Amino acid sequence: MAQPDNFGFGEEAALLKASARKFFSDKFPTATLHALVAGDHRPERASECLWDPDLWREMVGLGWTMLAVPESAGGVGMPAVAVAGLVEELGRAAFPCPLLGTINATYVLAACGSGGAQALADIAAGKSASLAITNRAGSWSPGDTDVSWSGGKLNGTAWYVQDARKADRLLVSARTPAGLGLYWVATDAAGVTVHPDVIVDLTRDQAHVSFDDVAATEVSANGLAALGQAMPAIWTVLAADIVGAAEWQLQTTVEYVGTRQQFDRPLGFFQAVKHPLVNVMLQIDQAKSLVYNAACAIDSEPARAAQYAHMAKASASDAAAFASGRSVQLHGGIGFTWECFVHLYFKRQKHSQMLWGDAAWHRAQLADIVIGPLARAGA
Amino acid sequence: MSESASKDSPEQAEFRQYCRTWLAANRPPDPQVRLPLSPLEIMTTEQLSYLQAWQKAAYDAGLVGCDYPREVGGGGRKDCQRVANEEMLSARTPYFPNVIGLGMAAPTVFYHAQEALKQRLLPRLFSGEDIWCQGFSEPGAGSDLASVQTFAERKGDKWVINGHKVWTSLAHFAEWMILLLRTDKSHKYDGLTYFVVPIRAALGSGVTVRPLIKITGETGFNEVIFDNLEVDDSYRLDELGKGWQVAMTTLLHERGAGELQTPRAGGLRNKGGHVTSASSLIEFARTAERDGRAAAEDPLLRDRMMQQLIREVGWTQSQRRSRVPALLDHPMRLQLQNKLLGSEISQDTAALALEVAGASASLYLGDENAPAGGQWHLAYMNSYGMTIAAGTSEVQRNILGERVLGLAKSK
Repeated sequence: MAQPDNFGFGEEAALLKASARKFFSDKFPTATLHALVAGDHRPERASECLWDPDLWREMVGLGWTMLAVPESAGGVGMPAVAVAGLVEELGRAAFPCPLLGTINATYVLAACGSGGAQALADIAAGKSASLAITNRAGSWSPGDTDVSWSGGKLNGTAWYVQDARKADRLLVSARTPAGLGLYWVATDAAGVTVHPDVIVDLTRDQAHVSFDDVAATEVSANGLAALGQAMPAIWTVLAADIVGAAEWQLQTTVEYVGTRQQFDRPLGFFQAVKHPLVNVMLQIDQAKSLVYNAACAIDSEPARAAQYAHMAKASASDAAAFASGRSVQLHGGIGFTWECFVHLYFKRQKHSQMLWGDAAWHRAQLADIVIGPLARAGA
Repeated sequence: MSESASKDSPEQAEFRQYCRTWLAANRPPDPQVRLPLSPLEIMTTEQLSYLQAWQKAAYDAGLVGCDYPREVGGGGRKDCQRVANEEMLSARTPYFPNVIGLGMAAPTVFYHAQEALKQRLLPRLFSGEDIWCQGFSEPGAGSDLASVQTFAERKGDKWVINGHKVWTSLAHFAEWMILLLRTDKSHKYDGLTYFVVPIRAALGSGVTVRPLIKITGETGFNEVIFDNLEVDDSYRLDELGKGWQVAMTTLLHERGAGELQTPRAGGLRNKGGHVTSASSLIEFARTAERDGRAAAEDPLLRDRMMQQLIREVGWTQSQRRSRVPALLDHPMRLQLQNKLLGSEISQDTAALALEVAGASASLYLGDENAPAGGQWHLAYMNSYGMTIAAGTSEVQRNILGERVLGLAKSK
C-alpha cells in the first residue's frame, strides 16, 4: 500500500493541530507551567505529581484522549498522522498529563482483537491509562517484564511507568506459562501499589508499580504480537512530542538571542550563535519529516512502519539532546538558572530522549531490518 | 510514482500518461561513453552530443519547459514540469546537459528580459542546442557575491566589458552566459547590472575560456577573461543598477526555491558508476572486509551507516513535507534547506564509504583494485564542489538564520 503524498494529513488533522496549539497557548502558557511545577527547586525534593486535572478534563471533553480509539470501539478513529499533530502541540506546551500513556495503551489494545474491546471502551469513556511493560533493567524490548501471571493473579513489579499517578488504568505485560499476556488493571485496585520515582523531569511523574496477587482482566494472551504491532506508533508519538518541545526550545532561544545585546550587537548576529541555531532547526525538521512519514506508514504502509518509526525516534532523540544543549548554552548565564524556563524543556527532553529507546538503540534495530540481523551477545 | 499520480489534476494525469507512453518508446539507448556524475562535469564532445540529442528529443516531445508559455517556446501547461520530471526519473533517463540554462538562466530571462529576447533565447535553451553558463563568481567575489568587479563601461548603445570570472562550469561548450557586472563603482549593490552575453561568438575576440583543474584531476569548469568585449545594450536584463535583484531570481531558482520548477531528467545508472546514496554505501559495506567479517557486520559502522540513512530519508521526507502547508511553520523553511542538506549528506556518505573501504581507500581511479573503480573518491572530492558552489554551506546557514529564523543580518 503506497503512502499518500501529503502524508494523509488532511483538513481535519490540520484543524485539530491548530486548535490544540491555540488551546495550549491560551490556557497553559509556559509561565503557568513554571508556576505549577517548579515551586520546589531543592535537588533533594520529594517526588511530586503536579498537574492541572481541570484542563485535562477539558481535553477529555474535546475527545482528544480517544482520537486513536477505533470508531468500532466508540472512539474517533483518527489516523496516526492526526494524532501525531496533536501530540506535537502537547510537546510544544510540555503539558503534564497522561495523554501519551493513554494513546500508547490505545494502540496496544487496538492490536489485541476482541480482548481489547472493553478496555478501549473505558478509554472512549474518558479513562486515562499508562503502559506497565518495562522491567527493572529498563529494557525497551517488548516482552522483558518482571511481572508474572498465574492462577488469575498478577505478581511482581513494573518499572518506569509513565505518569502512573495521573492514570486511571494500567496496561500490564506479564509472563505466563504460554508466553506473554496483557492485563487491564485499575491503578487503585486492591494489591496495586504505586511507588513514585524521584525524577529529573518536572513535567511528568514516573513510578514503579508493584502487584501483589492482583486480579486483572486478560486482554491478550499473545501480548508480544500486540506490542510488536503497536510499538511503531508508541515510538512515533513520543517523537512527535519531542519535535514540538524542540521547536519551543528553538523559538525561545531565537527570541532571546534577538533581544540580548553584547559587543553592541544582538547575539544572533554572531555566526557562532546563528549557525548552531540553524543546525537545531535542521535536526528538528529532519525529525519532524520522519515523524509524519512514520505516522503515515502506520496508517497506510504497515509493512514499513517499524523501520520508519525507528528512524523517527532515533532522529528525534538526537534532536532533543542537541536542541536542549544549545537552548541552555545560548541563553548564557540566565539559561543556567532555575528562573529561566528553558530548564523545564531541557529536562523533559532528557527524559524523552531515552524513553522507549534512545537513538543508538533505535539505529541498532533499524540496522537489523535494513542490513540484516547482527548476532549480539546474549541474544 | 503512483502516490504522486493519485494527486494529479486532470491535465496532469493526462500529461503523465502521455509522458509514460513517450518515454517507453523513446528513452535513449545507454551511452557508449562513461558519463560523469553530474552534467557540470561534462568533459568531451562525445558526452555532450549524446546528452544534447536526448535533451532535444525530450524538448521536441514537450517534456522540457512545460510550464512556460508557448510564446517563448514552452508547453503552456500548468504545474506539469514536476510530472515530466517524475516520469523521466522513473524511466531512468540520462540527465539534461543544459543544466545551468534550465535551472538558472531560463527563469531569469523569463522574468527579466524583453519579450523579443525571451522569444529568441528560450526555445534554443530548452532544446539544449544552446548551452548556457553562469558568470557570477570572481577571484575576489565568492561568498560575498555583490563585490564583483568585472566592469561594463557604456559606449553609446554598447557596453565594453573587462574582468575575470571563475568556477564557470560548461563555459567551454557554452553559447551564452548569464553575467553579473558592475556598472557603477560607487554603489555596492545598486552598482550591479545583469546581462546575457553570447560568449561563444566572441571567443578569441574579447573572451578567453581556460579550464580550471579540480582536486580530483578532472576538468569541467573554467575561468573566463573579458578583454574589451563589446556587448549590445539589448542584452541587458531589467534596468541599470538592478543586477542584484535579478541575481536573486537566479539564486532562488538555483536553490530549488523559485516559482518555476526546473526541468530535470535523470536516474540512468552509469556502468561501473553509482550514486552516493546510503543504500549504495550499505551494499558496498557488505562486500568490504573488516577484521575478518563484512564491514556491514561491524556494529560501529552499522550505527554510522544508519545515521546516514536516517539523514537521507529525512531529507527526502522534508522535500515531501515542503508541499504540505499545514505541516510548515514558515513557507521557505524547508526549501532553503534543500541544497545544504543534499550536499552535506552526500559528502558524509562518501566519506564514510572511504572509511568502510579500509586499506583499499588508498587506491585511485587508475588502479584496477580501487573499490568501485575509484568512484567513491571522485564522489567524496567532488562533493566539496557542492558544499562550496551556489553559496557555501556557511552562507546557506546565514540565509536560513536570517530569512527563516529572523536573526540579525551578518552584513
